[in-house]
Parts: sequence; structure tokens; C-alpha cells
Amino acid sequence: MAETQILDEDELALRQPPESPLREFWHIFRRDRLAMAGLIVLVLLLFAAFAAKALTEWTVVFDPATVRLVDKFKPPMSAASTLLPAEDLPRGGIYLLGTDELGRDVFARMLQGSFVSLSIGFVAVGISIFIGILLGGLAGYYGNLRIFRLMTVDTLIMRFTDVMLCFPTFFLILTVVALLPPSIYNIMIVIGLTSWMGTARFVRAEFLALREQDFVVAAQAMGLPERRIIFVHMVPNAIAPVLVSATIGVATAILTESALSFLGFGVQPPFATWGNILSDGKGYIFDAPWLFFIPGMAILVVVLAFNLVGEGMREALNPKLRRRT
Amino acid sequence: MSSPALLEVRGLKKHFPVRGGFFARVQDWVKAVDGVSFDVYPGETLALVGESGCGKTTAARCVLRLIEPSAGEVLFEGRNLAQLDSAGMRELRRDMQIIFQDPYSSLNPRMSIGNMIGEPLRVHGVTGNGELERRVSELLEIVGLSAAYQRRYPHEFSGGQRQRIGIARALAMNPKFVVCDEAVSALDVSIQAQIINLLNDLQAQFNLAYLFIAHDLNVVRHIADRVAVMYLGRIVEVAPVEELFNAPRHPYTQALIAANPVPDPDVAQEGQPLQGDVPSPLRPPSGCHFHPRCPQAMDKCKEKYPDTTAMSETHSVSCLLYES
Ligand SMILES: Nc1ncnc2c1ncn2[C@@H]1O[C@H](COP(=O)(O)OP(=O)(O)O)[C@@H](O)[C@H]1O
Ligand code: SF4
Ligand SMILES: [Mg+2]
Repeated sequence: MAETQILDEDELALRQPPESPLREFWHIFRRDRLAMAGLIVLVLLLFAAFAAKALTEWTVVFDPATVRLVDKFKPPMSAASTLLPAEDLPRGGIYLLGTDELGRDVFARMLQGSFVSLSIGFVAVGISIFIGILLGGLAGYYGNLRIFRLMTVDTLIMRFTDVMLCFPTFFLILTVVALLPPSIYNIMIVIGLTSWMGTARFVRAEFLALREQDFVVAAQAMGLPERRIIFVHMVPNAIAPVLVSATIGVATAILTESALSFLGFGVQPPFATWGNILSDGKGYIFDAPWLFFIPGMAILVVVLAFNLVGEGMREALNPKLRRRT
Repeated sequence: MSSPALLEVRGLKKHFPVRGGFFARVQDWVKAVDGVSFDVYPGETLALVGESGCGKTTAARCVLRLIEPSAGEVLFEGRNLAQLDSAGMRELRRDMQIIFQDPYSSLNPRMSIGNMIGEPLRVHGVTGNGELERRVSELLEIVGLSAAYQRRYPHEFSGGQRQRIGIARALAMNPKFVVCDEAVSALDVSIQAQIINLLNDLQAQFNLAYLFIAHDLNVVRHIADRVAVMYLGRIVEVAPVEELFNAPRHPYTQALIAANPVPDPDVAQEGQPLQGDVPSPLRPPSGCHFHPRCPQAMDKCKEKYPDTTAMSETHSVSCLLYES
């Protein structure tokens, strides 16, 4: 090899310690205090949700279902009545967050609800992301394919997306839920099926841009299978903005579920969700304000946290703030 | 050139539809490449030179069948690419590779260098697992990079280094033919010289044939054996590199050379620098496409597109000045 030594410009780039794209992302994200606060809330919530599953179902430490008519409307931190049989006593003999109109432990119900709310959020968003990536990817990658000589795959998919966007989603969900039995699974699916449009648009735009990128052309020139080009080279590069909108999507799904439960179309009793705790509490606003205040605050904080984290991620992924990657 | 051509391109055309209106009907055609023919011989460099937008990239991508040509034939080692099935085409792709202009968009930002260079080997099942890493190290060293870079990611490298990584990736399959699409145009001058030297070394070492695309004639001087000059989708002059610089025949080539003065006062400068803009390939001028900008244009130039005239066995030109 005659002259292939590397000059200064080249060496400079490597003298800096290597920073992986993920590290760099974390670096920028960490500087955003609000997003970090949101992240901490979400981590706590995640722990709470899994603890809830374990402590209210597997080994019943906190029992959300026990009805204690002698202990109706106990405010938070109050002690349990001495009249209760031993097996009905709450843990430690006090109601951390009070009791409701049937004397059920609100803390236990909130815990149970956190798992339900989170799982609805995640599963619904999972469904919506799956559909969004699939349709957006098809439109972006095979967009120029014409069907029936009339329109392209792209036109077909994107017009369908527009149609879906035109429906007032919440009323669509209400209609569907009114027709179907209101189980937790139906709610997850319905929310998922009505919230993929943003993702589809995102992914399409990303794919259209990526398809022109030289590294995708290089992959084609190397004769790599189309499957591999799409899933190894394109999807990982399109996924970042999708994750941002998914994070915010979880908040929207939780809010939608709460609203449905509040209206009585959501998850049915005896299952507690934040929405139906709030709904049950609305009749006793003056007598037992904690019954709507606690689930209301929980929904507010969690939705806010998801939004803050989503915004923080969006900032951290903003190419103007990063070195060119 | 007595040996048979590695690549033969005959009457290649690519017209892009311009859609609009209801149901996106085709309203017009951009004649990006409009009848291009050339040969590339084993181990030689054919440079394809022309102003931006004249269809060089489109022509190269048609040759590699990354886009479907509208008309014309591409033969690689005598095999017509249009007649190959997908398995045959995949087989052939090992022999034809491409290096890009933009060292930033040509590497997948989420893939480590080692994975990227090893990918074609793995997918085509060329090397066993144990051998893969050795081969990747070897490729990195061939292009003048340390084998230790395998686990690093593209954003840690400078433009020149990225270009070397792109070259290593292209070489992985031991190709016979490499398209260099403006491979040095985005680099600083000093880095440009390094990469051109590297490409020259690799050519000697592996008997590579290059289709070297550039918009700047000067770049081509140090690497090309022959030069094809392109204007608005057609080749207007082909000649060996020294002959093209010393005795350019087509007024467009003369203008290009005049626009890039060679730092050698002894070389006679014919022609004047170019006037005006490149016309749109959507509506190319009648007759000789160059006539609105040609200092030697004649009346007949507006009517007839010139045929190709052979000035010698290796030098041909499409200009009515030379047509008898
Ligand atoms: N996919 C496409 N659709 C429509 N027009 C295109 C497309 N690709 C290239 N063109 C047009 O074809 C012409 C030649 O482009 P290109 O081959 O990129 O030129 P060069 O590489 O010489 O700069 C340009 O006018 C460009 O606008
Ligand atoms: S054919 Fe006429 S217009 Fe075209 S380059 Fe020759 S002299 Fe100029
Ligand atoms: Mg180009």
C-alpha cells in the first residue's frame, strides 16, 4: 500500500472518546429536569404497577375487594374500626388513602388500578404502533406500486389514514364499546385500532426519506434481501420518532380508558381502574373528596409524566442539538 | 482495447414520469438519461463527467439495476442484466459495487463498522463465522484503517475515514466493477488526493474496473484512463484522458476545460468558459441540446441531433462540426 496513511483531520475524530448514539441521547435527555422528573415518576409507577399485581392478586397483602360496611367513607390515614373481623382488617390497621362508599381500601384499589391503567396504555400503544409501522412502512417503501392502475399503494393507505383521522376517535370508541362487551381486552384493542394514524404518517415520512439514503441504496446494491433492508436498515432508523409519539400515546390511552370508565363504558367492577374509582367517587365530592381527588391526581401526574418524558426524548433526538450522526 | 469489455451499455434510457392532476396521471417525462452507450474494460477507469443534473447518477444506477431503465441494454461479462432472474441478479451483484458521494448518508448510523463490512459476506454466506472477523480486519487494513475500529459506529469517524469504510464495504465481495459516484466530491482537497490514491492502489491490487463519476474534470485527470463527457442525458465525447485534455473536440468539453484552468501554462486553452444555465431535461433544446450555450453553434444545430463521429479508434464526438 503506497500512501494510505491518515491525516490530522481523520485522527481528530477518533481522539474524542467514543460516544454511542444511545449515550449521546441520554446525555441530552438528562439535562432536561422536567423530563427527568417525569422519568422518575414513570419508573416509580412501573414498580408500583408490578408490586400491585403481586400484592393484590398473587399474595393478597392489600385487598381491593373486601367490603367493610362499618368503615364507609373513612378519610385517608384513619384507623380501621375495632368491630371488623381480623381477616378483613387492612394492613397495619389503617387506611392509607381512606375507604370508599363500600368501605373498600382506596390504596389497594389504586394499586390494582395502576396495573390495569398501565397495561391498557402499553398494550393499546403496542397495537397502534404495530399497525402504524406496518401501514406507514408499506406506504413508504412500496408506495409507487400502482394497484388497479388507479392509485398507488401509498395513495390508498394514506387516504385510509386520512379517513380514520377524520373520525372523532372518542365517539368511535364509545360506539364500538357500546356494542361489544366492555372487557379490558376489548378496550385495549379498540384504543389501539383507533390511534395508529399518527405513527403511520411518521413512519411513512421516515421511510420515504430513508429510501433515498445512500446506505439503503448500498444495501440494495449488495443484493441484500428486501426483508433485511427493511428490518435491519430502515426500521431501526425510523423508530426513534415513533418511540416519542408512543410515549405520549400511552398517556392518551390511559386518559381514554379513564374517560371510558368514568362514563361507565370502561372496565367493569369489581376490577378497579383509576377511571372507575373516579367515577364511583363523583357522587360524594363533598362528603369524601379524596375519592375523586386521589385518582384524579394520579391520572394527571402520570399523563403529565409521560408527556414530559416524550417531549424530553423529542428534544434529545433533535438533530440540531446533536452532532451529526 | 483488445480484451472483451467487462461492461457494455447500449442505448440506455431512463425517463422519469412527471405526475400531476387527478389520479396522478403522467403529464410529462424527464429524460434524465436519453440514449447512452459505453464500454468498460477489465481493470480500467472510465470517467463519466458532466454538470450536476445531467444524468450521471441515474445512468450509473440503471447500470447497476438499482433502478429499472426505460430502454437499452446492459451487458456484464456478456450477460444481459434484463434477462437475469432475481437469483442470477443477486449472484451478479457480488461483482458490481458502488461507492457514494455523501460519506454521511452512505453508512447506516446504527450499525457498527464491523457488522456493516461483514454484512454482505454473512448474507451471501461467503465466509464462515470464524473467518468473518479476520476478513473484516483485512478489509479495514486494505483501506488504511485500523482493524481495531470494528466495534465503532459511523458517527465517530471523519468524512475521509467514512469514505474508506464505504470502500471497504464495496470491496468485501471482491467485485470486478465499482461505480464511484462522486466518491471524492464531498471531501477536502487533501483528503480527496488520499482517496484517489487509495482507489488507484486498490485498482492495481485487485484489477478493479471503475466507472468514476465526477462533475469536475480536474478530479478525473489523476484516475481516469478514458473520459466520457455527458450533457443533458447524452454522451457528447469519449476519449483517452490525455487526448481529451490536450485536444478536446466537442465545444462543451472545451468549455469545461476552459472553466477549470489546468495549472500548466503550456497547455493551449481552447474554447471559452460556459455561459448560461443547464437547460431542464424536461424540455431539452431542439437539435443539439448544447446549441443555446455553444459558441460555435450553426443554424443546422437547432434542427438535428448530431450523430457520433469517430475521430480515431478511441476518440468519438457528437457534434455537427465534425460530421461530414
Ligand atoms: N427519481 C427521480 N424522479 C424524477 N426525476 C429524477 C429522479 N432522479 C433524478 N431525476 C432527474 O434526472 C436528472 C438527472 O439527475 P442525476 O442523475 O441525479 O444527475 P447527476 O447525477 O448528473 O447530477 C435531474 O434533472 C433530476 O432532477
Ligand atoms: S452540434 Fe452545433 S451546437 Fe452542438 S456542439 Fe456542435 S457546434 Fe455546438
Ligand atoms: Mg449525481
